[in-house]
Amino acid sequence: MLKILKYSFYDLMRSRWSYVYFAFYLLLGVVLLFLNNDLSKAVITLMNVIIVLVPLIGTIFGVMYYYNSKEFTELLLAQPLKRSSIFLGQYLGVAISLSMSLILGLGIPFIFYGLFMSNAIWDFSLLLITGTFLTLIFTALAFNIALSNENRIKGFGYAILLWLFLAIIYDGIFLMSLIIFEDYPLDKLSLIGTMLNPIDLSRTLILLKLDISALLGYTGAVFKQFFGTNFGLIISFSALTLWVVLPVLRIAMKAKKKDF
Amino acid sequence: MIKIKDLYKRFGKNEVLSGLNLDIGEGGIFAILGPNGSGKTTLIKCLLGMVIPNNGAISVLGENIKRGSDYRHKIDYLPQIANFPNNLRVKELITMIKDLRGKTNLDQELISLFKLEPFLDKKLGNLSGGTKQKVNLVLTFMFDSPLVILDEPTSGLDPISLLRLKKLIQAEKAKGKTILITSHIMSFVEEISDEIVFLLEGKIYFKGSITELKDKTNQPDFEHAIASILTENHA
Repeated sequence: MLKILKYSFYDLMRSRWSYVYFAFYLLLGVVLLFLNNDLSKAVITLMNVIIVLVPLIGTIFGVMYYYNSKEFTELLLAQPLKRSSIFLGQYLGVAISLSMSLILGLGIPFIFYGLFMSNAIWDFSLLLITGTFLTLIFTALAFNIALSNENRIKGFGYAILLWLFLAIIYDGIFLMSLIIFEDYPLDKLSLIGTMLNPIDLSRTLILLKLDISALLGYTGAVFKQFFGTNFGLIISFSALTLWVVLPVLRIAMKAKKKDF
Repeated sequence: MIKIKDLYKRFGKNEVLSGLNLDIGEGGIFAILGPNGSGKTTLIKCLLGMVIPNNGAISVLGENIKRGSDYRHKIDYLPQIANFPNNLRVKELITMIKDLRGKTNLDQELISLFKLEPFLDKKLGNLSGGTKQKVNLVLTFMFDSPLVILDEPTSGLDPISLLRLKKLIQAEKAKGKTILITSHIMSFVEEISDEIVFLLEGKIYFKGSITELKDKTNQPDFEHAIASILTENHA
């Protein structure tokens, strides 16, 4: 698996898109720091961008890479390699190179700005950790979609729909349900609802770490009580890990049964 | 060498292989023939584990292929359409495959046999179909495995490369290897193969030497013998 990972990683590192993605984050980091002139504020703005953009890029890149490397995959399948290691190697190659672009692209400007000497370092690390989690999750979901759809157009369509649903529509439905059932106690429901969507979960985690939960009103207090504790933090990261593990397992299962 | 029992494969509603039984002994050149869509490529891909059969058992060199991927160390496979990652150079591709499968020194010999030296630093996407096929051949014959599977090896090759390929196949046979070939070029098949395996509607219709086939169909030459099978069954 490591050899496949190595080749997929090199392959992506040589492609223009990794650099574009890296340069975009570099630019974003520099511009935000220049405009905000303050690390913590830059982290908040960054969060809003990352929470939406990272899943989108992960999904698109994942689907694109799978379909583009079909020939390579077929070549590998005839070699004495396990199927699961071929696909997991490719998946990790994509996910790791995307995460690297994110971490380096944002990390470099922040380090130069004096991140290590400020107390925003933990907020910033949390941002990068959730960003990496989101990359791992959405690339895995994208591979799942691509493995199940021979037709590229359909694959792309489903991938975009998935992103749209989790990034936007889910929030809408969630909010509607809160309004409809406003006469009932909703703190448990909203906690669970947040847990089930990795994007919401990441956003909540960062928001609470940034101590702006007062903006969230009463629910914010409940959330603070839950996510603010170590127990809540462990549960949240377990949920994120589960969101990585389950799709990855399905990649391995699906790959075993597929015809090429 | 290869034992296939009751092999079934369906793609959706289309049954491609329906209860195929085949025994292939050690050594010699076997041509797998059949009309378009008769399941030749599916059969080969089943052998390689790329297509997973609905039913049946396949063993290669006494090893059940369901048991893992290591048996593929003993197979060299030439795919029908040479699809390579386009942004890789020829040299890099060869090094990569060597890295994945193990060391070999045969690649230099093969590269000079097919006169590929000027192309080593070119990207695979920029190569012509015939040159790609030559790269494909180098990758296939590089590892000296006891079983060689060639799916349409002649496609895109110029006459001189074709001659070299024939020589190469004969040399491999002389080493005692088992070679499976599919091809639609009957003269090539007739010249090179020891035995014919004819597939029809997902089953083996005929297995034997070319002389036996001519006797069976009462036809004086090989091409007509094949044609008569097809007209008899599809008329």
